[in-house]
Amino acid sequence: MNSWTNHLLTLILFTPALGALVLWFLPSRPKVQRWAALVASLVPFVLTVVLWVNFDFQRAGEFQFIERYPWYDAIGAAYHVGVDGLSLVMVLLTTFLVPLAILASFSIQERVKAYMMLFLFLETGMLGVFLALDLLLFFVFWEIGLVPMFFLIFQWGSAKGERTVWPGFTLQARVYAAMKFMVYTMAGSLGLLLALQMLGLVTGSFDYLQVLERWNSISGPVLPNIPLYIPVSLVKKVAFWAFVVAFALKVPVWPFHTWLPDAHTEAPTAGSMILAGVLLKLGAYGFLRFVLPLYPAESQFYAPVLAFLAAMAALLGALAAWGQWDFKRLVAYSSINHMGFVVLAVAAAAKAAGTEHAVQALNGAVLQMFNHGLTAAGMFFLVGVLYDRAHTRNLKDFGGLFGTVPFYGGVLMFTAMASLGLPGLNSFVSEFLIVRGTWPVLPVFTAISLVGLLFTGAYILKGLKHALFGPLVEKWANLPDMTLREVLVIGPLMALMLLLGIWPLTLLDVIHRSMVALVNLLAG
Amino acid sequence: MTNELLLWLLPLPPLLAFALIVLFLNKSNKASHTVAILSVVLSWLGSMVLFLRALGIGAEALAEHPMHDSLVWLPGKTSLLRIGVYLDPLTAVTLFFVAWTIVMIFVYSVGYHNYGQPKGDHDEKGYPPHGATVEEHGHKHKVPSIEPMYARFFAFVSLFAFGMYLLVVSDNLLTLFAGWEIMGLCSFLLIGFWFKKESARAAAIKAFMTTRVGDVFMLLGIAYLYVATGSLAYTDVFNPEVLHQLAHSPAPVLGMSVAGFIGLLLFIGTVGKSAQWPLHVWLPDAMEGPTPVSAMIHAATMVSAGVYLIIRVFPLLHAAAEVPEFLSPMPIIAFIGAFTALFAATIAVAQNDIKRVLAYSTISQLGYMVAAVGIGAYVAAAFHLVTHAFFKALLFLGSGSVIHGMEHGVLHTGERIDPQNMYNMGGLRRKMPITFWTFLIGGFALAGFPVVTAGFWSKDEILGEAFAGHHMGVFWTLAVAALLTAFYTMRQITLTFLGEPRTEAAKHAHETPWTMTVPLMVLSVFAVGYGWVGVPKYFPVLGGLLPHWFQEWVGAVFHLYVKEEQAVSHSLVPLLVSILVSLGGLALGYVVYRGVTRADQPDPLARPLGPIFTLLKNKYYFDELYAFLFVRPAYWLAEVFTFRWLDRTVIDGILHAVARLSWNLGQFLRNYIDLPLINGFGDALGEGAKGFGRLFRAIQSGRVQHYMLVALAHVVAFLMLVYYYATMS
Repeated sequence: MNSWTNHLLTLILFTPALGALVLWFLPSRPKVQRWAALVASLVPFVLTVVLWVNFDFQRAGEFQFIERYPWYDAIGAAYHVGVDGLSLVMVLLTTFLVPLAILASFSIQERVKAYMMLFLFLETGMLGVFLALDLLLFFVFWEIGLVPMFFLIFQWGSAKGERTVWPGFTLQARVYAAMKFMVYTMAGSLGLLLALQMLGLVTGSFDYLQVLERWNSISGPVLPNIPLYIPVSLVKKVAFWAFVVAFALKVPVWPFHTWLPDAHTEAPTAGSMILAGVLLKLGAYGFLRFVLPLYPAESQFYAPVLAFLAAMAALLGALAAWGQWDFKRLVAYSSINHMGFVVLAVAAAAKAAGTEHAVQALNGAVLQMFNHGLTAAGMFFLVGVLYDRAHTRNLKDFGGLFGTVPFYGGVLMFTAMASLGLPGLNSFVSEFLIVRGTWPVLPVFTAISLVGLLFTGAYILKGLKHALFGPLVEKWANLPDMTLREVLVIGPLMALMLLLGIWPLTLLDVIHRSMVALVNLLAG
Repeated sequence: MTNELLLWLLPLPPLLAFALIVLFLNKSNKASHTVAILSVVLSWLGSMVLFLRALGIGAEALAEHPMHDSLVWLPGKTSLLRIGVYLDPLTAVTLFFVAWTIVMIFVYSVGYHNYGQPKGDHDEKGYPPHGATVEEHGHKHKVPSIEPMYARFFAFVSLFAFGMYLLVVSDNLLTLFAGWEIMGLCSFLLIGFWFKKESARAAAIKAFMTTRVGDVFMLLGIAYLYVATGSLAYTDVFNPEVLHQLAHSPAPVLGMSVAGFIGLLLFIGTVGKSAQWPLHVWLPDAMEGPTPVSAMIHAATMVSAGVYLIIRVFPLLHAAAEVPEFLSPMPIIAFIGAFTALFAATIAVAQNDIKRVLAYSTISQLGYMVAAVGIGAYVAAAFHLVTHAFFKALLFLGSGSVIHGMEHGVLHTGERIDPQNMYNMGGLRRKMPITFWTFLIGGFALAGFPVVTAGFWSKDEILGEAFAGHHMGVFWTLAVAALLTAFYTMRQITLTFLGEPRTEAAKHAHETPWTMTVPLMVLSVFAVGYGWVGVPKYFPVLGGLLPHWFQEWVGAVFHLYVKEEQAVSHSLVPLLVSILVSLGGLALGYVVYRGVTRADQPDPLARPLGPIFTLLKNKYYFDELYAFLFVRPAYWLAEVFTFRWLDRTVIDGILHAVARLSWNLGQFLRNYIDLPLINGFGDALGEGAKGFGRLFRAIQSGRVQHYMLVALAHVVAFLMLVYYYATMS
């Protein structure tokens, strides 16, 4: 490897933030800002492709491209980044989606500079979570991502609507959504921070690999380094739940999910794309990266609880989606439904540690994370396309668009079918793998989730039925079809949906290798 | 080209046609249908080549060494999932009828969608064409107009053909399921083709959702099979050792073996796709699609997929049935099939829409096949699958031709009548002779007219097997259903073609163009001729003259798994019964319905049957029942319970309560702690200091003489103290 690829991860991680700073100095004309932001977000994508090409797939279970520099030596925290198969896939998803989201944001007219800068900072925050190999660094990035998203919802969210929190206290819907998103995530972070610090103190390091090794080899009734005098098993349980709650909020798992429909519905289109496409994956990534390896025994013990919550998310998420008339909120709820399957797979893998079932379930989970990133981003974008034209998202206002905007109709049909899990498109493969992995381990919860899968069909068809089918509503008779820019946003997403549906090995190969390593680690 | 390569390529031309039409050719009707038809002709050609090569190899050899090729598709820790293509004798016969019927649909569609006719006066995308006004010889009259979404139709139907081919050539259940679902999507798109019609939209959703119920179970079945065997390829799964193991390990529920439970799950997929009771409700509504074509899809090809599946997994079902410790799924399958056969036939008797009669007849005939599988007669099921595909395709295309002819009459006369209601027809045999004769052939095949029609041989075989296997319940149920079948078929023929025209439109009906009649003629050849490949040996006179090719051919497939039954002594009872019910039903149908002379006349059966007729006419109120039992509660569960109550009221309510509590706590802290205590203490401290200062300000006058005086006083006091203590000690 030559010298610059030695710093590839740092480059990928900080080019967006650097780009944001460059934007600061550029003229505020929207056109300049948009294109500059797009270029700034394309750089990390290109670098990720370089990363992909140079990645050693044979060793996908190990961390590669590691960079380590001292940071807080006194407490054993360092700037430590690296990628294995899992983070590679997530980094790819992030750097792939952000340029598309920025392209989708070209319709933003107000305070373009601030918007684009926030977006690029957001990208750095998300990438940091996937790349960090240091617990403290992880936490910093985990929190950094919050701030830009808060402002994106708060400032550029939908203009209409309000929510009454209690009688006499009513907020603008987007303010409500932004606050809810922020407060909820912060609440989860609190326990996470404490648990991380405890780990750091006990093991004497914040380095992920060292923590992993030392933490799991703790023997004896009490913790070293901390005079807590509480049994280790209890500490582990509490810390386990602290992690789980923080990540479950983010995924989100029922019943911690109600921030999601609000945040996703009120966020600007591109914000929803990234929220659903990447931010939800942070939670699922946390489960795979931290909860399973750090707490294998606790995960196994509490797997049924987690599976119950996941199955509830899969079922009730689908039902709630079906009950919506706001097209965007329908799509928002669909995320809860789809991510429920991911957590179900994690639970199954925890319960059946070390088995073929666990590998299959986790393969499905990671692929589902990627797939949902594509389909949810696509669906949010398409709802946004409709909203940009009609300025309404109420399904009751639409009808008969399949004749007026046939191209849009076809694209929406395609994306919706991918989201529904039509074989030949991406989501089917991951859902099939998850069901294959979870059924022998958690049959009852799998069966409940499958009822959710039935209703997945119902809500997807509800959206299509009211938007595309039915008598034409006169005022949309001259609705323009998709523009070239919009096609350029959805085109790459559709191409990947199709590719992963037909040839899932494109991604599954690397996912599989890293999941085998994870499962072997869990089996001890 | 090698057989395997040809198999891989077989489904691709229609897919390519779909992509080409959607992306590039959709502006040109001619290019669209040319590419579409060319693609299915290519696939047809490939199918025929493979079929002939298969014939050359011979049944036994092909069954033992099927054409097979596969590649790795999914990774696994211990086993890799492979997908591929496969051709054994069962695939070959399926491929044969699929290829023929699909080409016929495509050609027929050109005529059906009025290619070459002018654009409609007020036609718009999303509604069926309403007709165009043309001027001829100085006066205006109305003629049928071309379908406004002509190219789109060919795109959808090409994708459909891809799905069917994919399903047939698959070597495993996963790609079979992929083809299955792609057809489900196309079926949704084609039923809802006229998407602005409220009824078409509702029917499309209903079809998709109802079959999805079955599909979810089927997906679970496939996943379970994958768990249990580590593979989904037929060659691995139907390995006798694997089957033995599956049949002897218990499943978690229902007291079934793993084999039986998986078989049951897969069978539920069939129940959805092949419209068996209780998931039959979607198929009649599916007639909302472009009349004959989507109807034909829902009769000859797609619904056949369900039956193909259970025949395909027959070794699994058979293995499960062989182990007496566990509950066998076979009786369930036999019951559902036989019940559906009879149940749907009774409904068909009371329908007036020419397509709905055929729709219910399809459900009923599929019930025959399912029942046949349920009693172990998989060869008879496969045989009926093939013959039914031919004659039902013929009947549906024929009914489309009738409707087309009637629509011509309706446009010409301007009469406001339903061109699909058989009571508005009558006497069409003279106006549409080709349609009449071919429909007659198809109808007689459906009714099982003895000896000359294909339907007779296949239906007889099912009845014969039921009788020989002592499944008397199934036998008599199917026999009664056969009687009803012949009856409603003759009712249909009599009302449509015989007698005198009952409306002006019927008088002006017109034979359809060659693109529609040629497919009818081709299919009627098969509706007669295909029966001759399955004449049983024991049949009087004819038996033995022709070899029972079908039995040998398909029977060879499962020889490896299914032990050959002892040669049963074939009784003539089922044969006589099937001849009797067929001829009796036909005669009865003619006698009862020849007297219908007016369009508004009540059905001759309405009075004698009374409320039963109303019940049949309303399809036993299943739609209403399901709406009451499932659909409305589900809506309530979704919108009111889950969203409004659980999410918005309970969960958000708790959050808001916490928010309010925190807010109030903050207010309390401010008003009662912060302000009075903290601020109060701080203020008190400050105020106290201030007061203290104010108090002592008096002595801080700023004048030197005062300070000197005070200093003098202190010094004096100090000296006095010193003196005092000194004297004391």
